[in-house]
Amino acid sequence: MKKTLLTGNEAIARGAYEHGVKVAAAYPGTPSTEILENIIKYEEIYAQWSPNEKVALEVGIGSSLAGARTLVAMKHVGVNVAADPLMTFAYTGVNGGLVLISADDPGMHSSQNEQDNRRFAKFAKVPLLEPSDSQEAKDFIGAGLEISEQFDVPVMVRTTTRIAHSMSEVTLGEREKDQMKPWGRSPQKYVMIPAYARLRHQLLEEKLVDLQKYSQESPLNRIEWGDREIGVITSGICYQYVKEALPQASCLKLGMSYPFPETLVREFAAGVKKLYVVEELEPFLEEEVKFLGLEVTGKEIFPLTGEINVSMIMEGIGGKGKPSPLKLSDYKPEEIPLRPPVMCAGCPHRGVFYTLKKLDLIVTGDIGCYTLGCLPPLEAMDACICMGASIGAALGMEKADPALKGKVVAVIGDSTFFHSGLTGTLDIAYNLGSSTVIILDNRTTAMTGHQEHPGTGRTLMKEPSASADLEAIVKALGIERVVVADPLDLEEVEKVISAEVAAPESSVIIFRSPCALMVKEKGAPARVDVEECGYCTDCIGLGCPAMVNDTREGEVRVTAGLCSGCGLCIQVCDFDAIHKEGETGE
Amino acid sequence: MNNNINLLLAGVGGQGTILASRIIAYAAQCSGLEVKLSEIHGMAQRGGSVVTHLRMGQEIYSPLIEVGTADIIMATEQLEAWRWLPYLKEGGTVIVNAQVISPVPVILGLKEYPSGILERLKENVPQTFTLDALKMAREAGNEKAANVVLLGLLASQMKFDSACWEEALKVVLPAKILEPNLKAFQMGFQSQA
Repeated sequence: MKKTLLTGNEAIARGAYEHGVKVAAAYPGTPSTEILENIIKYEEIYAQWSPNEKVALEVGIGSSLAGARTLVAMKHVGVNVAADPLMTFAYTGVNGGLVLISADDPGMHSSQNEQDNRRFAKFAKVPLLEPSDSQEAKDFIGAGLEISEQFDVPVMVRTTTRIAHSMSEVTLGEREKDQMKPWGRSPQKYVMIPAYARLRHQLLEEKLVDLQKYSQESPLNRIEWGDREIGVITSGICYQYVKEALPQASCLKLGMSYPFPETLVREFAAGVKKLYVVEELEPFLEEEVKFLGLEVTGKEIFPLTGEINVSMIMEGIGGKGKPSPLKLSDYKPEEIPLRPPVMCAGCPHRGVFYTLKKLDLIVTGDIGCYTLGCLPPLEAMDACICMGASIGAALGMEKADPALKGKVVAVIGDSTFFHSGLTGTLDIAYNLGSSTVIILDNRTTAMTGHQEHPGTGRTLMKEPSASADLEAIVKALGIERVVVADPLDLEEVEKVISAEVAAPESSVIIFRSPCALMVKEKGAPARVDVEECGYCTDCIGLGCPAMVNDTREGEVRVTAGLCSGCGLCIQVCDFDAIHKEGETGE
Repeated sequence: MNNNINLLLAGVGGQGTILASRIIAYAAQCSGLEVKLSEIHGMAQRGGSVVTHLRMGQEIYSPLIEVGTADIIMATEQLEAWRWLPYLKEGGTVIVNAQVISPVPVILGLKEYPSGILERLKENVPQTFTLDALKMAREAGNEKAANVVLLGLLASQMKFDSACWEEALKVVLPAKILEPNLKAFQMGFQSQA
C-alpha cells in the first residue's frame, strides 16, 4: 500500500474517493476550500461550487436521496448558513450516506468568529467525528459514511485549521465499488409536514440512543492506558498536543465525541487519579463529563478562546516545564513592525476605499479581501458581520435614522453578492430604501484563492457555463439605478459614488475590474520624480505595498518589482510627479 | 524526541514559503523520516507575515513547534527571521534571505524597518547563514526561485540524500519551471562551500 504526505483537506478528498462518494458540493471558505479543489482530481466524483452553503447542503441532500454517497464541505460559519436544511435533514435521514465537513477555525486565522461547531452537531442531533491527523481525516470519511447509512442520519466530520492545513503521512487505498442505492418514494420519511416530522423526531431520539451504544463500543474511541496518576480526555488536534506534552499519561481519545460514550468515560475516569479534559474553545466534552457527576479539570486551566498548544498543556497539567524562548540580546519586540495582510498592488478595490474615505461615508462592509479596507491607511469600513450582511445593515441604518440617508453605502464582493447579497438587495428595493450598494466585481472568489462562482462562466470542473448577469439581476430585483464603472479611474469612481448616494432612490454601483493576481500582463511600473515630488504623501494614503514612505530621506518611492502599473498613485498626485516608467512628465 | 528536527519557515505572503515547506517535507519523507507540517492560508496570505511549521523525526505528534525549540529557522525575508527568532533553540541555525520587504507600518512611515538585522542575527546566533537569494534566483533564470536557492543552502546543512531533494523538487514543482529551480537549488547548495 502506498504511503504519501497529505494535508487534512487532501486526505478528506482522498477519503471521499476511496469510500465511493459520487457527489460533492461546497462553497469556498478557509480552512475548507482545498477539499473540493482536490476532489476534482478524481473523475469518479461529480463536484460543484454552490452559490452558498445552504444550497450546497440541499444539493447534497438531493444526491443522498437519489442514493449516492455524498460529501458537503464548508467552513464553520458556513454551517450557520446551512443550518436550516441541516436541522430537518437530521429528522428525515439519508438514503446514500452523507458527511458534512465543518472546518472550524480556532484562533480565527481567517474568520470573523471562532464558534465551536461541535455544539452544532449536538444541536442538530447528528453524530460527530473529530479526526486528529490526515490519516484519520481520510479514514473518518469512510467511518462517517458507514454510520450515516447504518443509522440513517447525516454525520458531521469536524476539522480545525491545524487538521485541515497540516500534512502528515497517509496510507492510500483503492476505491470501493460504487454502491448507488435505489431511490424509493417515502413521503413519511422525506416530507416534513408536522404529522410526519413528529414521528421522525421521535425516531431520531431512538437512533441517538443506539448511536451512543455504538460510540461506546466503536474503535473510533479508545483508551490508551499509561501512568494512572493523570488521565486526559481529548479529541481532534488536541490529542496530538497531549501525546507530545504528556507522553506517559493515560489518554481517552475520542474520535466520535457525540453521542458521548458515557460508559467508556466512566471506565476511564475510574482508572485514573486525576481527570482532565483538553479541548479548544467550548467546554464541549467537559460539560458531558460533568453531567455524569465526575470531577474533572478543563476550562479552569485552559482558555475558552483561541488555540491550545503543547506548552500550555505542559504548564497546566504539569508533565514537565515548558520550553522557554531563546535568550536574545538587543531584541526588542516593540521595535518589530507588525506585518498585517494588505490589499495587493494593483488591487481594483483600493481606489474605491480611498474614495469612500475621502467622501467620509459610512460603510457597511462584507466578507472578502476587501474587508482589508478597514485597516490603515484606507480605514474605510465601519461594520463587517457575516456574508451578505452589508446590505441589510445599510438599509437598517437609514430606517433607524433618516438623517443617515445618502451617507451609508454597502460594499460587497461579487462572489459574496451571489452567496447572500440578493435577498438584501431585494429588501432595499421592496422596502423603499435609498441605500447605495457597491458591488466590487473582480470576477472571482479572490480571498480563498480564486474559485469560480456563478458569475465567472465556468464551473469547478472547468466546464463553460452561463455567466450570471449582475446588472440584469439587480434590475430584476427592483433597483432601477444601476451603474457600471471602472474602479481604476479615480475621477469616475468619485463622480459615480457621489451621484448615487445623492440620488433619492436606491442604487447599485458595479465596479468591475479583474483581481490583480489574475491579470497576467502588468502595466509599466510607476516612478516618482524626486525633483517634482512635494512629499505630501497623498499617494501613501492609498496603502499600496509597492509604495514606500522613506521618512529618513523624506522621499516617496515605488518598488518597481512589486508595482502592477495600475496608475492610481499617478492619479492622486497633485504635483504630477509620478509617471509610468518610460513616459516623462511635461 | 531529541533526534527530531524542528524547522520553522518564515516569510511574507506570496514568497512561496508553503511551496518550499512542501519540498522539504517530501525530501524528509523520502529520507525515511516521519513528517508533520502546518501552514496557514487565507487572510494570512495577502502580504502578511507567514510561518510554516515542519517537524521531522522518528515519532512526531504535534505539527507545531513550541517557542524555543526550533532547530532551524529559514526566512525568506530579514525582518521575518528576526520576528520569529525567539522560536529558535539554543545552538540553532538561521538561514536568511537578505531581501527586505517593508511591511505596512513602514510603508506608511509610522515605524522604521529595524536596522542591522543581519548583524544582530549573527551576534545572537553564531550559525547564521545569509544569502542574497533574489539576486541568485535571477541569475538562475527565475526570480521566483529565491525560496529554492535557500532550500539549496538548507540542504547543504542537512543530511538528506541529494536524490531525495531532487525527487522532492520534481514532485512539487511544475515541469516547465523545474530547470531554473534545479539550478537555483545548486547555487544555494554550493554557496557555503
